[in-house]
Amino acid sequence: MHMPLEDTLGLNLLAANQHQAEHNRQHFDAWELLCLNVMSSPGAGKTSLLERSLAQLRSEFAMAVLEGDMTTQLDAERLEAIGIPVVPITTGRACHLDAAMVSGGVKLLRQRLDPADLDILWVENVGNLVCPAEFEVGEHRKVALLSVTEGDDKPLKYPVMFREADCVLITKVDLLPHLPVQVERIEDHIRQVNPHCAVIQVSATTGEGLEAWHGWLRQQLAMPMGQQAPALVLA
Amino acid sequence: MHEVDMTKCLLLSMQDWRQRHGPVSPSVKVVHLQVGDFTCVEPAQLVSTWDVAIRGSWLEGARLSIESIPLVGRCVRCSATYRPSADSAYRSPCCDHPMEEVVTGRELRIRSVDYTLASSVPAEKPTPVPS
Repeated sequence: MHMPLEDTLGLNLLAANQHQAEHNRQHFDAWELLCLNVMSSPGAGKTSLLERSLAQLRSEFAMAVLEGDMTTQLDAERLEAIGIPVVPITTGRACHLDAAMVSGGVKLLRQRLDPADLDILWVENVGNLVCPAEFEVGEHRKVALLSVTEGDDKPLKYPVMFREADCVLITKVDLLPHLPVQVERIEDHIRQVNPHCAVIQVSATTGEGLEAWHGWLRQQLAMPMGQQAPALVLA
Repeated sequence: MHEVDMTKCLLLSMQDWRQRHGPVSPSVKVVHLQVGDFTCVEPAQLVSTWDVAIRGSWLEGARLSIESIPLVGRCVRCSATYRPSADSAYRSPCCDHPMEEVVTGRELRIRSVDYTLASSVPAEKPTPVPS
């Protein structure tokens, strides 16, 4: 006789990815490094910002980058030129990095260096405001970028990404004088979905805001990795 | 597009569940999911991806049933719950406060599985996994 049964599972749909992400994070914790997952839409300026930040911070911190890209290694080449170890992860069809891909990238990185010597591991995600928000990779902090050229409605259109972020960088602020965009509206829309994250205006071109952004980074490094990111109080 | 990867994760979770049943493979009728409105998942896409992914597998014929869970926020000033609209208003209508607390809407959960076991083995219900 076939009796219908029901199992109550209560499992997260993404449990398999979360297990791998937790495994990655345990490694990062053991190596005492800070792992940052950097996310944005394509063209928001992730690579340009990293170029500036890596160049300025390389004398202060030991860093490496896992560079997610759908098909090319162009971004990886730009960052490698600064003299920071970069492992490209071409994702092929996938429009985001998942925890298994990052684990694979870390294995490649370990052929070149001992991760225990690192202070910061940057994960530059694939340009996309949707999927990366749901796929943890083992990061300690999520950093989302939003450029002023994308318009002020993006935090409301892609609220999950901005809700999940510990820090939102409003990029390309040097272009503000040329755009019919009010940066206050962008900030307000971010705050509607995430009242506590740090929001910092930056320009990789002029260097504006980089000190505040690097200050946020130093704050994160100064606290135990497992702790929640605090809100940044800006004057 | 990411529904493909979500389906892969779901299949891995189902595979784990199957292995806990030992040598007898359960015949799955329905997999019940709860998907919150405040996630990046499109339920219709998940169903069509599922239907393709299970072809020829031990799950062939199993139906994916998705319960949508609305986004509900709670105003931290006055504790009133409200339904933010995706268009513009994530602030609480009562106190005009940002959406601080999300009560429901972030669910991505396999709630339960309907299945049968072969008649030669007593159909014992395994211990539920705590969420």
